[in-house]
Amino acid sequence: MARITLDHIRHAYGPKPSTDKDYALKEVHHEWDDGGAYALLGPSGCGKTTLLNIISGLLTPSEGKILFDGTDVTHLSTEKRNIAQVFQFPVIYDTMTVYDNLAFPLRNRRMPEGEVDKRVHDILSMIDLSEWAGRKAQGLTADQKQKISLGRGLVRSDVNAILFDEPLTVIDPHMKWVLRSQLKRLHRQSGFTMVYVTHDQTEALTFADKVVVMYEGEIVQIGTPVELFERPRHTFVGYFIGSPGMNFMPAAVSGSALVVGDQQIPLEGQPLTAPNAKLELGIRPEFVRVAREGMPISISQIEDVGRQKIVRASFQGYPLAAVMSEDTEIPADPRVTFEPAGLNLYADSWRVEAGGQQ
Amino acid sequence: MNKTWNNKAWFLVLPVLLLVAFSAIIPLMTVVNYSVQDTFGNNQFFWAGTDWFSDVLHSDRFWDALVRNLIFSFVILAIEIPLGIFIALNMPKTGIGVPVCLVLMALPLLIPWNVVGTIWQVFGRVDIGLLGHYLRILGIDYNYTQDPVDAWVTVIVMDVWHWTSLVVLLCYAGLVSIPDAYYQAAKIDGASRWSVFRYIQLPKMKRVLLIAVLLRFMDSFMIYTEPFVVTGGGPGNSTTFLSIDLVKMAVGQFDLGPAAAMSIIYFLIILLLSWVFYTVMTSQDAKS
Ligand SMILES: Nc1ncnc2c1ncn2[C@@H]1O[C@H](COP(=O)(O)OP(=O)(O)O)[C@@H](O)[C@H]1O
Ligand SMILES: [Mg+2]
Repeated sequence: MARITLDHIRHAYGPKPSTDKDYALKEVHHEWDDGGAYALLGPSGCGKTTLLNIISGLLTPSEGKILFDGTDVTHLSTEKRNIAQVFQFPVIYDTMTVYDNLAFPLRNRRMPEGEVDKRVHDILSMIDLSEWAGRKAQGLTADQKQKISLGRGLVRSDVNAILFDEPLTVIDPHMKWVLRSQLKRLHRQSGFTMVYVTHDQTEALTFADKVVVMYEGEIVQIGTPVELFERPRHTFVGYFIGSPGMNFMPAAVSGSALVVGDQQIPLEGQPLTAPNAKLELGIRPEFVRVAREGMPISISQIEDVGRQKIVRASFQGYPLAAVMSEDTEIPADPRVTFEPAGLNLYADSWRVEAGGQQ
Repeated sequence: MNKTWNNKAWFLVLPVLLLVAFSAIIPLMTVVNYSVQDTFGNNQFFWAGTDWFSDVLHSDRFWDALVRNLIFSFVILAIEIPLGIFIALNMPKTGIGVPVCLVLMALPLLIPWNVVGTIWQVFGRVDIGLLGHYLRILGIDYNYTQDPVDAWVTVIVMDVWHWTSLVVLLCYAGLVSIPDAYYQAAKIDGASRWSVFRYIQLPKMKRVLLIAVLLRFMDSFMIYTEPFVVTGGGPGNSTTFLSIDLVKMAVGQFDLGPAAAMSIIYFLIILLLSWVFYTVMTSQDAKS
């Protein structure tokens, strides 16, 4: 169990990186608390696996340091770092039985056979493969293989952290949910630092205390699910989290109001922004009210999604989505208002804090 | 269900059938024909039944050659398979080293058998050969034309030089097909170098190794050209393998009957041993 510090980490796979584009990981500078449950969320290719491999020591970062509990481990081997990692591509040892696969990391560390047996049985029942213990791992199905791969990551009880790299991709939704709840329970019982990589926001939001959102090799925001939802620091977070994502439209500041097209939207304070920054207004569909009063919109489509409906409309020529409960009536001459609490201003994609400072 | 019989299909099989008939079945039947008859020339044949077979099986000459063959194949496999695996494991996986190594490895395989024999025949000569000459200078009493042990060593080293590459290339093909994730997982699991070999690399190489063992066994068991060129079967009979003996008997002494019987026995032994190898090496797959 350890606090993990990533000190100005940058990584490029190529030999001589010059521009920002050459870096798979642009700059990561941040700390994972001891015993935290983190989710690393971001689209494919944003550098999640790269970051995990740097933490576990499979990769040495091009620049920067990594510390466990304040001790520099940047040049320590994977084994010495004592980290468990579950890979995106499930790895199983074909010629071994299911049991031996799970016992492998323990036996390699010379754990007494009695303890090995106990640990392996615990994990076998957790991943629901007890009856398969004696079977050769070779002929198993893809989801069973993924469970074994997951189990091997969980079997050790003395690790500094457990890293999961999209560990449940081929497991069916119900089993996925069961396993995720068990991971959470294991986390509460054991207090391991856990990092869970996924590109599925539901998975991230349900697993983690803190969600780390990555985009193009950078961490754009770290926060609780609520923070990510209400105050996205970066337009990408607004767009990636929530369904449908946040509405964005180009805007200009005039005094203490935002101007979108020919409409003025009052703000609480006067935002301070750089003079040439590209400004955008961001508002979540949940904070858009469609009623008889407000600014004019034209509705193009209404989608019924169970207990809610999504209104697709056009506001000053920009697309706008609104979410409302199923029984809300939509007037013939619809107008729109934005709840002040949901208003966000972005300058060059980054959020401008209320009160002025950027 | 009603199957429609279409006899035209036979025409498609016919070319293959003819090819196999001319290349394998008819020559084999000729040999069978010789093996059960006696001839004194003039195309006169007399029925000899299984006499030739029992003659061959009761001759020391046959058994001695067979034992030499078995020892030779065993030594060849015992050296070339581990050595081939070892070289393959240490070959580079990326960069400019890959094509360089592959070409170097492929070179011996491209040389015709009799040329390989000639190369080593000259190479090992004590008067003008590089190897023989310098071994002499180093004080080693080496002479493959007079010492049976030296003759064996020469033939074996020659075969290792010629054919280990085949094992290397096959194993290398198996090794490069292993995804990186396996090695990463092994590191995380704290696996030793030996465990990585035993549980990741060896299983991936198993199929190609089976092919390598079969090819090397059959080929070394049928070895003819190289020892014939280098030692001519000598000194004495020390490197007279079955194939060399067979040619001596059939071409040298014109004993067609016993030679034919021996051919068939030889053929059956290779068939049997290859089958044993195959069964043993694939039996584990069948179990799981
Ligand atoms: N071994 C590698 N060699 C070169 N580039 C790589 C390698 N692995 C990943 N990359 C590149 O680094 C970027 C980040 O990849 P990765 O960390 O695997 O993303 P993610 O796990 O978020 O999908 C991608 O652009 C990818 O193409
Ligand atoms: Mg990945």
